[in-house]
Amino acid sequence: MSGARLEIIERNCKGCSICVEFCPKDVLEMDVFLVTAPRPEDCIKCMQCELLCPDFAIKVHDE
Amino acid sequence: MAYDYDKSIRPGKLPHIWCPGCGHGIVMKGLIRAMDTCELDRKNTAIVSGIGCASRLPGYLDACTLHTAHGRGAAFATGVKMAKPEMTVICCGGDGDGTAIGGNHFIHACRRNIDMTYVLMNNFIYGMTGGQFSPCTPTGAIASTTPYGNPDQVFDISKLAIGAGATFVARTTAAHPREIDKLIAQGIKHKGMSIIEVLDDCPTTYGRRNKFRSVIDMMKHLKANSVSVKAAPKMTAEQLEGKFLTGVLFEDTEKPEYCEQYANVIKKAQSA
Repeated sequence: MSGARLEIIERNCKGCSICVEFCPKDVLEMDVFLVTAPRPEDCIKCMQCELLCPDFAIKVHDE
Repeated sequence: MAYDYDKSIRPGKLPHIWCPGCGHGIVMKGLIRAMDTCELDRKNTAIVSGIGCASRLPGYLDACTLHTAHGRGAAFATGVKMAKPEMTVICCGGDGDGTAIGGNHFIHACRRNIDMTYVLMNNFIYGMTGGQFSPCTPTGAIASTTPYGNPDQVFDISKLAIGAGATFVARTTAAHPREIDKLIAQGIKHKGMSIIEVLDDCPTTYGRRNKFRSVIDMMKHLKANSVSVKAAPKMTAEQLEGKFLTGVLFEDTEKPEYCEQYANVIKKAQSA
């Protein structure tokens, strides 16, 4: 699995942590009030984070 | 791969005003995807809303939008559709806006079966005004105006819509994002009144008063307590206790649509 490029739009992120919780592969992590993607190589592109982010703050790019 | 939402949002409008974790953003994304699925022309699409958190939604979307009086979203949307029947009309609102303050307009829009899609975001509370109880607040729940628990019985919006005469009624939750856009798209394609009830989370004014420690708890609650209409017949009454059915609950393609009926009236009057 090659992983994906996760684009996080920090201006939009409000730190609700829905994406971190619903990620099945534990790719994302909270850095206090902002989401970070320390393990993008584990991403299986299920798109749960992008679909469930209420703030338009995360995008999964095919890479 | 990543969905292009930016082309549907008015430039400079994000971040939106909703609280961290509020499900309205998820519904807005679903609505954008549904509008793209139906290939709606933005110049020919009217998105109408009343007042409330959910009713802020049209302000972010790049289409013909109308932000109207409290509860009157359905009434204004009916007006738009009557004046311009060629337009696709989508109405957005919350549970308080749609079923309490605008309850009258809601049931009569359903009764007329006018070609409109009503996306009703049910977050069980009046969020914007500080967490007063709404007709959808569960019995026993704590709201700012029911500090000892809500004594009222709850409105089942989907059953209300079916009873009032809507011809496409569906329910889903904010925890099922792919179902949201699928059902809204079906509603837009349906000719007649379509009600899409989306059960939503309000972590700020509902969750924190009702033992949901975080927005995650609320999302998991929505996920755990929803049962698909296809799975429900195989379950016992005990298993279905306290659950809500999701999916297409009712569809009727026979009932005449209001704009067509009214066009007939115009024809008759002109030939008389």
